[in-house]
Amino acid sequence: MRSLMIAVLGLGLATPALADWQQTLDAARGQTVYWNAWGGDARTNAFIEWVGQQTEAKYGVKVEQVKLTDTATAVTQVISEKAAGKDSGGSVDMIWINGPNFLSMKEQGLLHGPFAADLPNAKYVDLGPEAAAAVDFTVPVEGYESAWRLARFVFTYDSAVVTTPPRDMAGFLDYAQAHPGRVTHPDVSNFMGATFLKQALVEFAPDKAALLAPVTDEAFENATGFLWEWYDAMRPFMWREGATFPENQSVQQQLLNDGEVDFGVSFDPASAAGAIAEGLLPDTARVFVPRGGSIGNISFVAIPYNAANREGAEVVANFLLDPATQAHQQNIEELGSFSVLDPARLSDEEKAVFAALPSSPALPKLEDLGPTLLEPHASWMTKLVDAWGERYTK
Amino acid sequence: MTEGRALRAVVALALMGGVVLPILAGFAQTARAAFGVLPAIGAVDWSFEPWRQLMDLPGFGTSLRLSLATGLGSTVLALGLAAGFCALLHGRMGHGAMGRLLMPFLAAPHAALAIGLAFLLAPSGWIARMVSPVLTGWDRPPDLATVNDGWGVALMVGLLIKEVPFLLLVMGSALGQLPVRAHLAAGRALGYARGVVWVKVILPQVYPLIRLPIFIVLAFSLSVVDMAIILGPSNPPTLAVAIVRWFSAPDVGLILPASAAALLQAGVVAAAVGGWILGERVACHVGRWWLRRGGRGHGAEPGLWAASAVVAGLMGLGALALVALLVWSFSWRWSFPQALPQSWSMKLWMTPGSGWGRALQATVVIGVAATVASLVLAVAWLEGEDRARRGRAGWAQALIYLPLLVPQIGFLYGLNVLFLTIGISGGMLAVIWAQMLFVFPYVMIALSDPWRALDPQHLRAAAALGAGPWRRLWAVKLPMLVRPLMVAAAIGFAVSVAQYLPTLFMGAGRIATLTTEAVTLASGSDRRVVGVYAVLQAGLPFLAYGAALLVPAIVYRNRRGLLGGAV
Repeated sequence: MRSLMIAVLGLGLATPALADWQQTLDAARGQTVYWNAWGGDARTNAFIEWVGQQTEAKYGVKVEQVKLTDTATAVTQVISEKAAGKDSGGSVDMIWINGPNFLSMKEQGLLHGPFAADLPNAKYVDLGPEAAAAVDFTVPVEGYESAWRLARFVFTYDSAVVTTPPRDMAGFLDYAQAHPGRVTHPDVSNFMGATFLKQALVEFAPDKAALLAPVTDEAFENATGFLWEWYDAMRPFMWREGATFPENQSVQQQLLNDGEVDFGVSFDPASAAGAIAEGLLPDTARVFVPRGGSIGNISFVAIPYNAANREGAEVVANFLLDPATQAHQQNIEELGSFSVLDPARLSDEEKAVFAALPSSPALPKLEDLGPTLLEPHASWMTKLVDAWGERYTK
Repeated sequence: MTEGRALRAVVALALMGGVVLPILAGFAQTARAAFGVLPAIGAVDWSFEPWRQLMDLPGFGTSLRLSLATGLGSTVLALGLAAGFCALLHGRMGHGAMGRLLMPFLAAPHAALAIGLAFLLAPSGWIARMVSPVLTGWDRPPDLATVNDGWGVALMVGLLIKEVPFLLLVMGSALGQLPVRAHLAAGRALGYARGVVWVKVILPQVYPLIRLPIFIVLAFSLSVVDMAIILGPSNPPTLAVAIVRWFSAPDVGLILPASAAALLQAGVVAAAVGGWILGERVACHVGRWWLRRGGRGHGAEPGLWAASAVVAGLMGLGALALVALLVWSFSWRWSFPQALPQSWSMKLWMTPGSGWGRALQATVVIGVAATVASLVLAVAWLEGEDRARRGRAGWAQALIYLPLLVPQIGFLYGLNVLFLTIGISGGMLAVIWAQMLFVFPYVMIALSDPWRALDPQHLRAAAALGAGPWRRLWAVKLPMLVRPLMVAAAIGFAVSVAQYLPTLFMGAGRIATLTTEAVTLASGSDRRVVGVYAVLQAGLPFLAYGAALLVPAIVYRNRRGLLGGAV
């Protein structure tokens, strides 16, 4: 018993370095990875199911998706486990995570790592200090989470109803005044609702550099003055006069499909094409981004410090970065979300696979998406959500 | 006698250990966090800080007011409507027919009904689609707050559709114990209108028998989560929804004020029940004065008709909501203002592998296990009462129904921490046990009255023929009680299927049942998938109720005398 304990401890010490990937593969065989991921999108759920089939066939690692309504539920679960002194054998093996949830877990020491740079497929990812996959909402990743899909903030609309979508966030005010009740955004307690505000913040803030540093009261005052003016002017013309909001982006997409509002929001440029294929939006649905570009970030997977199936989770995280997996993921007929790999690091055959992927009229080309704007530091989002609540939740 | 005591003691111990202690322990954990102690996030100092934080959270006051208004409002309305409906139709409608009419509404889980109702009532919903654009001229939906309205009216409608049938059911079984016909005859002979006899003579006798179910309805309406997410306002939501949001906010520091709010939620329910009891006293005094005036009140009849019309309207809405889900589950594209889908598809029903197959299986396994275990416990308890020849003490009554009266959110978080400490969270057993907390009381409600109503002559005859207590139980009581046992099982199963928070918390999110999946998916956009889950979710209890009607018919096929009696 004691020697077993020591062996287990030894394993625990050896893994951070991941000196031997084979050792991880051996330990992972037979494990079931409980991947906690937001479950509101059927295509993502199907993709995760496919991942599980692949990793089971290839590495003997099963994947069970724990479908969350909100990622923070998984964070709360890990905290409950820590509160109960359950420092190993935890129930959450892997979390689809980014932004404030990542910051919160990293600060509380709830994450396993660093492991991301040691994954064999990390060689396909640009992990340089300034690279998109190395910072999450400007918080350095430092190997505590591994990238898996690219997210760009886009608006969806029905081109049969809206002929000229707003050019930028300021344009939404004019649109709302011309078409009362047709503009809304997800509830700000939801990630996407907060992102709608952040997109406006990034567009309106006089000093963009300030957004990349942790927020201060003074910086916040300076940056949000025009934002609130704009929002106050627009709110009376919003859907339900801005008194209530759709719970999340999926509910808003449903409102768009029902014709109750004119715009949806998404973090997935392929969302319109995907929703058309699923019968969830009319064939004339399209996406657009504000003229100056839109906020972009990367979705990551992280492993809690007490995960029961840590090795399995690492194997899955590594599989997600496989060029073949990323190509499958970018295929509009599967998930349609852009690859996080650095094209410069792919071989010609691998590039050819990406080039041969099917297209769709509703799928924007990368150049249509304009420049990617950096996410503000995660503390801005928390402060923005609080300030919005104080102003508009009465 | 001693044997009866021993049996009761065993069940009481099981209840203490399995129900009361865990709930208290759960509350203790929540209370610690409410006063600033949650070492896992580095909070170690006792303080009132979380309470101060709670008061400062945006929308807190509105959330609280909203909870009180929707909870109290829907309970008062449900009671009034059910009483009116009963007064008008009891005796004109057979007990069986009434039961069949209520069945779909009792069986349909709250979440499924709410999703259907939201689609029905929305400005782009089914009702609007049926009359557009021909009658309304709308080729695009208008911007009207018919669901998620700031007053919580849609939420109250949803609650009423579930609560009125429940109250009708308990009123029906309470009326079975009263000589209604004789009272009515006497009252009418004295010149009182039918409705007035109901209000003045029958209702005061029925009320004490349905008091507990009313408290359960009150406690439930004040703390409902799933229905309030789907039908209630969002900015701010009701207190219970706000608490769930705070518990799962990215800022983990909010767990402390959320815990304070969870305690407050329990306090709100306690205060509401206390207020209700005070209201009863006042109503009692006013009622006496009114009775003594002796008005014959022929004017009451229109009121009863109005109440019954509203009840019929609610049932119509509920039925349409369930049909809407069924239609959605077979549709592909269905856009405004089409009254029916433009294109149909069987795709979702043909792919159980997409998740509903497994969820269905888990739901059935958990439901059957929790129901059977609860039924065994209930029979043991009631048999114990019989053998000890004693009625139920007040404390025992309170103990059994405790889980239905305290808000789930108040203790589930703490309970999860406790379970994790012992190391039994995240498993099937933990979920089954947690569901039993809520299944057992309902089984007891359904079984207690028929059990006591069993004619003791049969038992005496059996005893005289030399049958011991066990044989009397097996050969006389249980066979004679097959029908109420089956009904209790069906109710228990329906309760199990509908459990959301206990499954979510105790299953650590790993146990996916139809209800947890349906609520998760309701946060997504695909009504068609939600339709499949909701149809299954409502269909399962439906089957259970069907079996509850069918099994006695088969068992009694050559004992026709039993079909009419003992229920």
